[in-house]
Amino acid sequence: MSARIYIPCDSAALAVGADAVAAAVAREAARRGLEVEIVRNGTRGLLWLEPLVEVETANGRTGFGPVEAGDVASLFDAGFADSHPLALGLVEDIPYLARQQRLTFARVGITDPLSLDDYEAHGGYRGLRNALLMAPNEIVAAVTASGLRGRGGAAFPTGIKWNTVLKAPGLEKYIVCNADEGDSGTFADRIVMESDPYVLIEGMTIAGIAVGATRGYIYVRSEYPHAIRQLEAAIDTATRRGYLGRSLLSSGRTFELEVRKGAGAYICGEETALLESLEGKRGIVRAKPPLPALAGLFGKPTVINNVLSLATVPIILDRGAQYYQDYGMGRSRGTLPVQLAGNVRHGGLIELAFGVTLREILYDYGGGSASGRPIKAVQVGGPLGAYLPESQWDTPLDYEAFASLWAVLGHGGIVVHDDSADMATLARYAMAFCAVESCGKCTPCRIGSTRGVEVIDKIRDAHLPVAGRAQQVVLLRDLCDTMLYGSLCAMGGMTPYPVLSALNHFPEDFGQPEVSRPRNEHAA
Amino acid sequence: MHTLPDPAAAASMLNDLLARHGTRQDRLLPLLHALQDAIGHVPPASVETIAHHFNLSRAEVHGVITFYHDFRSEAPAPCTVQVCRAEACQSMGGERLLAHAQQALGCGLHGRSADGRYALEPVYCLGLCASAPALTVNQAVFARVTPARFDALLAAQSMEAV
Repeated sequence: MSARIYIPCDSAALAVGADAVAAAVAREAARRGLEVEIVRNGTRGLLWLEPLVEVETANGRTGFGPVEAGDVASLFDAGFADSHPLALGLVEDIPYLARQQRLTFARVGITDPLSLDDYEAHGGYRGLRNALLMAPNEIVAAVTASGLRGRGGAAFPTGIKWNTVLKAPGLEKYIVCNADEGDSGTFADRIVMESDPYVLIEGMTIAGIAVGATRGYIYVRSEYPHAIRQLEAAIDTATRRGYLGRSLLSSGRTFELEVRKGAGAYICGEETALLESLEGKRGIVRAKPPLPALAGLFGKPTVINNVLSLATVPIILDRGAQYYQDYGMGRSRGTLPVQLAGNVRHGGLIELAFGVTLREILYDYGGGSASGRPIKAVQVGGPLGAYLPESQWDTPLDYEAFASLWAVLGHGGIVVHDDSADMATLARYAMAFCAVESCGKCTPCRIGSTRGVEVIDKIRDAHLPVAGRAQQVVLLRDLCDTMLYGSLCAMGGMTPYPVLSALNHFPEDFGQPEVSRPRNEHAA
Repeated sequence: MHTLPDPAAAASMLNDLLARHGTRQDRLLPLLHALQDAIGHVPPASVETIAHHFNLSRAEVHGVITFYHDFRSEAPAPCTVQVCRAEACQSMGGERLLAHAQQALGCGLHGRSADGRYALEPVYCLGLCASAPALTVNQAVFARVTPARFDALLAAQSMEAV
């Protein structure tokens, strides 16, 4: 009897030796004369267990991990039984996974990412088939009613954006997917593209039908070569099978899709810089208005959405707006794919309805720090997000709750730092990163970031007298004020978030007395 | 590793690629990527030809090439190591790994080893933040990299090159 063994092909698994494990499994099976079918599935998102090898049994898929090539012979010796030291039991029953609410990531890790048959067998393309029976304004109304907000970080209601494009005059419109996932601590876009690429393709196709666009682009950062390969292969298959191209599914509707590779510029994650880059120019931020929805790519009405926003559309059209809307809290509806990373024991992808607290994520899922030391600060929402001290960890994951703390939930990326972290070093890094990646169009960002590095260096200078340091702190706050209110986009406008939150919550790391209450702390 | 063609071969390669990419400006980045993939870099001597093809000024093409971190005007080292410097990797000792890499390769960031075989570059996030610290060796990704694993990777790399 042939056994089926799953070994992930996601980058996070490849980076810790999944290919070597797959080769070892094939070799070991051949040596023993056993027939084995190896399926390269996507990742389950339990990243500390990668490479996570699964074996199909009568009861379901049992897991083993993290597996190294050297463990493979012993797995065969044990007959892949639960008695093996790496055995995890049924993967679906691992609490980290069992307690999640996977909507956008429903298929991720279960299927072979490039198998369109697998995709269809697990509910794929039902959303598109429903959409093809609806009028464009009905599709847009469903997305609006679902409460879906832009998962790239800005949290703008997706349906409202689509409606603007639908109503914009003109025959030439575009769908652009922002897959320039450059924020540290975020990898959900990458996992979708590598582990379930058809869901993104389906979401973009629905968007095209909804607003009357016949062409779409996926702008993927060049740091994700594996994601690019997966998407290109999936687009090719979808086109051959009639899901993309002229008169897709014989509907009379056309939608074509192309992958474009970025070139290592972080700023191209900003939507207008991304559009410039797609047009073949330097990635310089555009002033808004005009909104991209009215004058976007090549000056035409353009839907530009993040990977996760578009990848969530199929389930909304499949199960209905209400189904999605029923998850979440307040104005944050549906689920958020949290990405837990950095110094944490159990890092990975955790998709949950909005409302779970940061502390639950850090301890119930994350299991505390990887180093075993106390957690000092967590940065939420990428390099432009605030650092949160322990006093703020009972905050629910909700866009408005974070905004009221002068923090950002953003993309749902969480980076954990233990007590060995020096917050002044991290604040300096935020400014230095801004200086490296600024597009250079506006002065507060271009010059302010460099001045910010210099001022923080002065604050950290042990030879500086106390009065001089206090003066530099005033200067840093003033500079942050200028960047916050004077920058053209979030790059310069939000770099003060990590800097000021570090200064406000951890003044001792800046040689300041712990009690100092800063004058422009926006937190309540 | 790229084999560097002589200038005449590079020019003919460029002409082939230009013909395949069409003349719309939005094909400029794909063209630059294709050229760099083929010959390892974007030679300054090619700027004028590219500009003429897309009906752009040389300054515009030069501006695009220099704006993006990916595009190189010089041939790359046979082996490029990129170490992630972003926050998640920092939280797991990424800067210590970088210091180790600098010592092992005998060069600083953006530098090359004395024998010219290795280049060391920073990278800001590889999306492997839950398996930090991460790096790439000629675009192949590696995560949970300790200094000892770095040395092993390097040794494997020199074995490959022999």
